[in-house]
Amino acid sequence: MNYVRPSRRRWTTWLLAALPVVFLGYLFVYPLVRILFTGLSGDGGAGSAFAELMNRRSLLGVAWFTFWQAALSTALTLVSALPITWVLSRFAFRGRSVVRAAMLVPFVLPTVVMGAAFLALAGPSGLIGVDLTGTVWIILWAHMVFNIAVVVRIVGGLWEHLDPRLEEAARLLGASRWQAFRTVTLPLLRPALGAAASIVFLFCFTSFGVVLILGGAEFSTIEVEIWRQVVGFLDLPVAAALAVVQLVGVTAALLAYSRYQQRHANQQSLRPIGETLRKPVTSREKIAVGATVGGTLVLVGGPPAVLVARSLRPGIDAYAGLGEELPGLPADPLAAVGNSLAFAAVAAVIALLVGLLSAAVVAYGRGAPSRWFDTVLMLPLGTSAVTIGFGFLIALDAPVDLRTAWILVPLAHALVAIPLVVRVAVPVMRSVEVRLREAALVLGASPVRAWSHVDLPMVARAGLVGAAFAFVVSLGEFGATQFIVRPDRPTVPTTIYRLLARPGELTFSRAMALSVVLMVMTVVVALSIERTRPGGLGGF
Amino acid sequence: MRKVRFLGTAITIALVSVACGGTSTTPTTTAAAPESLVLLSHESFAAGVTEETFAGFTDETGIAVEVLAAGDAGATLNQAILTKEAPLGDVLFGVDTTFLSRALAEDLFVPHEAAPLADVPDDLQVDPSHRVTPIDFGDVCINYDKEGLSEAGLAPPAELADLTRPEYRGTLVVEHPATSSPGLAFLLATIAEFGEDGWTDFWVRLRDNDVAVTAGWDEAYYSSFSGGSGEGDRPLVVSYASSPPAEVIFSETPMDEAPTGVVTAGCYRQVEFAGVLKGTGNEGAAGSLVDFMLSPAFQEQIPLAWFVFPANETVELPPEFAEHTVVPESPAAIEPEAIESNREMWITEWEELMEG
Repeated sequence: MNYVRPSRRRWTTWLLAALPVVFLGYLFVYPLVRILFTGLSGDGGAGSAFAELMNRRSLLGVAWFTFWQAALSTALTLVSALPITWVLSRFAFRGRSVVRAAMLVPFVLPTVVMGAAFLALAGPSGLIGVDLTGTVWIILWAHMVFNIAVVVRIVGGLWEHLDPRLEEAARLLGASRWQAFRTVTLPLLRPALGAAASIVFLFCFTSFGVVLILGGAEFSTIEVEIWRQVVGFLDLPVAAALAVVQLVGVTAALLAYSRYQQRHANQQSLRPIGETLRKPVTSREKIAVGATVGGTLVLVGGPPAVLVARSLRPGIDAYAGLGEELPGLPADPLAAVGNSLAFAAVAAVIALLVGLLSAAVVAYGRGAPSRWFDTVLMLPLGTSAVTIGFGFLIALDAPVDLRTAWILVPLAHALVAIPLVVRVAVPVMRSVEVRLREAALVLGASPVRAWSHVDLPMVARAGLVGAAFAFVVSLGEFGATQFIVRPDRPTVPTTIYRLLARPGELTFSRAMALSVVLMVMTVVVALSIERTRPGGLGGF
Repeated sequence: MRKVRFLGTAITIALVSVACGGTSTTPTTTAAAPESLVLLSHESFAAGVTEETFAGFTDETGIAVEVLAAGDAGATLNQAILTKEAPLGDVLFGVDTTFLSRALAEDLFVPHEAAPLADVPDDLQVDPSHRVTPIDFGDVCINYDKEGLSEAGLAPPAELADLTRPEYRGTLVVEHPATSSPGLAFLLATIAEFGEDGWTDFWVRLRDNDVAVTAGWDEAYYSSFSGGSGEGDRPLVVSYASSPPAEVIFSETPMDEAPTGVVTAGCYRQVEFAGVLKGTGNEGAAGSLVDFMLSPAFQEQIPLAWFVFPANETVELPPEFAEHTVVPESPAAIEPEAIESNREMWITEWEELMEG
């Protein structure tokens, strides 16, 4: 890495970092500090808030549960996602891209809708015949279903560019399939596996709806407790102390991850998808592909299938009725679809811009500053939504009153989506072989030109995957948004919530139908974004 | 190039949407009539707002009304408290009886005696200094599945104590009082009914009689309750007195009779209030908005838009609403101060005894 003098490199890094730093500083760090300060500077100060926290034994239990269920959920998600990630990264088959996009569906469905689907499957009178509500199993299963997409996207994003000849060489030298995977592929995938694991861990660590709806009264996470303390009791000191505990836990996990990541970064020659994918030939391969796709669809597809079935119970009427007005239901689903798409497009553009700049800083930077930057970038995913939402309220009134401006909603979505873009892009950026770039430099290209010819094609592809991710996160209307005060511009998820707040067959079947519309939107949007190939970038 | 254009289109849509988003109105300090007022409320209020909702007010005064919403009633109130110094709106609507004491203690409102207050029954007017004005009320009551109960050979329970009898074993689903507003209302109803010394006994017996607890109303009604649009297997659920008319109005096929009924014993009344926020700078106009919300033009819309009852007695209920619901004669109520100072303790106690 000696093609640019160190001083100049540092300067470039800071230039790249400027926008992300301002963005995160103003929209995340500043509101967070303000709300925590407000909470902890009250009567008795921080000391008494923490003392109170330690006095409540149940809160320590909550912290421990939060940690172990997140760790276990992450492990289970990784294990169950690897087979499908392998199939999608190595084999070309009819419907491959649809399967890949469909994995995102659970990710966007409002928790209340997914909750209803899980209850229909594994509730008191559920289809599978076992009542799992109030057990940790239903929580783990739900976390798995929600997060498989994260692994498929992030690990798949690297795997589909790994040179298959490496593994083939190992096989020729006598390694078994498993040995070849374990000794060749797995080490190369490590950066992406770590990235995916860190995101899944954060999602599960701050899990809210799943635990609340499916866990019954038995289980609670720090996130649920913060929400209860703030919304139920307006106990800001205890809530702030809990938020600090959550932040410390998340930061420790992220720093450990980041050290691991820098140590295990490796460079390799990435290949275009066209060269890595092939049709399954032998019958063994065909069976493996079929069984993996089938098995994963059963695992992930159960809950969405229930929603489709329920939406169709009154026939096609539920869909036909979506355009028609009902008294007491403002829901104009078409307007909601428009609002959702507009919010998501803005959020995706912001997330892509800030995310790629941030990823460049993380990937090309070195040492402690870059590690800390990486950690801070991820923190929004690990911070309680109600803390951020209330932080906005007390911090964003000056210089411009952003608190009630609608742009705040896509900005908040982007905050959650940026870490996803970064996680997709960094492993790819780090893996690009320096020798290629150096060769370009030796041949007389300027650093910018070398980067744009060597790195950009691969990074652009990762960026699109990240953008699709960001778009979908925003479509699904994430956490903090429900605590943001905003002018009424109902999105698809809020419309679903509103329909479900009224008893009645019509409102119920329409809510289900609209959920199915949201699923279809997700697949279509993910497919079309990923099919975008910025001109002339070939197969990446 | 076709694909590049797609991305371009997406960006264009995004930018146009930003440009059309307009700027939000913030309270100004001028004394002249403002162009628009901001009404801060909860998500379920925003859900019922249409273009007609405030049309009468705008026609009369020339002032537009913008509704801002976030979260449930508790979250909305806490947001108003956190932003006291720089209020987000001019009027706050949706403070209910369970949170009233907190709102008054935080000194959020400017007193305003609404003109149509004479038409509001006295028992709804809980604040003598008129910092808040009652706008609507609703009763949280046990609903029953008519068909489900008769198949099981059961009559609807006549009073709350019946629920602990063996024949009602495993028939009731309630919501968690910490995470659900009807859940809290039902807990308060039992405290009002059995007294501060007796309510824990009742709940222990209810727990031993296999009561189910869900986090929110949705899960209780749609996934555990067997009546109406419910998909579960329990014939009794804690819901609203206005749920049966909603079942009729939102049914797939027209029906003459609601599939569910209301147990009128052990109901809890939630009153929702509006108040002019301190520091609005538009006190006069904000006051007239509160007046409008209590006038027949607004009150008539309340039943079908939000499925609660208008506070103004002179307003007639729509027939489909009146026919399928009941207004319990003596719903329970607990002093707002007592709720505010005991809420956390009661909920914690409830959680401990439900864990057994």
